[in-house]
Amino acid sequence: MREIITQTWAWWFSGAMIAGIMFFLLYFGQSFGFSSNLRTICAAAGLGKKTKFFDFNWKAQTWNIVFLIGSIIGGYIASQFLSSGQPVEISAATINDLSKMGIAAPASLQPQELFGWNAVFSIKGFLILAFGGLMVGFGSRYAGGCTSGHAISGLSNLQLPSLIAVVGFFIGGLAMTYLIMPLIF
Amino acid sequence: MAKSEAISWFRIQEMFRFQAFHMYGIIGTAVTLGVIGVALIKKFNIRDFHGNPILFFPKDKSITRYLIGGTIFGLGWALSGACPGPMVVNIGYGFLSMIVVFFFAIVGTYLYGVFMKKLPH
Repeated sequence: MREIITQTWAWWFSGAMIAGIMFFLLYFGQSFGFSSNLRTICAAAGLGKKTKFFDFNWKAQTWNIVFLIGSIIGGYIASQFLSSGQPVEISAATINDLSKMGIAAPASLQPQELFGWNAVFSIKGFLILAFGGLMVGFGSRYAGGCTSGHAISGLSNLQLPSLIAVVGFFIGGLAMTYLIMPLIF
Repeated sequence: MAKSEAISWFRIQEMFRFQAFHMYGIIGTAVTLGVIGVALIKKFNIRDFHGNPILFFPKDKSITRYLIGGTIFGLGWALSGACPGPMVVNIGYGFLSMIVVFFFAIVGTYLYGVFMKKLPH
């Protein structure tokens, strides 16, 4: 039994869980969209005084912040109690491509070259993480949603804007993967 | 999320290189079930826990904001290997360097709020 839980969960199971979370939130009168939390955090930090975009009743979004805290706890539980300690089993083709950029085959979930402390405290490494985060935060609000809000909730509701946003996600993702990353790594 | 490795930078790279079905399977399953479920909710006017009808609000019509915003998001997603949800799952998992990414995602959202009136939507 424990082995079933600690090995990597099948894509169909994870996908079904995500859809389940969306319906759970809908049933309780909310909607599934994670990046709204970033706006809520700005509002809670008092940034609404100067910037109108953050001047709203953020306390109504408390449930989503609880969801955020739950996600942190979920990550902790997964690593402490449900982890097999095995590295990510990505395809040989990906390992080969990444090695050409100087990124070694997975030893855990994340590459040390990006998320290890040596990388974080180097100028280049810090800038990579900072710009990555900056673009995710800026882009998700500009597009009005992230993977959960557009790719999952929006597409489930057959929203054309969400499909356009997802096309954008891939334009950006492919440009970064094939054009920009070979230049920075 | 963590247990299906969807929070892994490696998995996101594999996805953008179209070298495995894994991430497409996860998102595809979620969306397929989502489409069926949302259609059923609409067809049978299913009410939520509070007894209110479950409403779906159409997104604003535009191409510019979704395409440009989406592209910027995609650039960041491929680079950092995480969208906002997985960022915090990673922090809980023990990858504390993700705090840097998450902090700057908040800064990015703030910058959007400051400059939104000057941006094409």
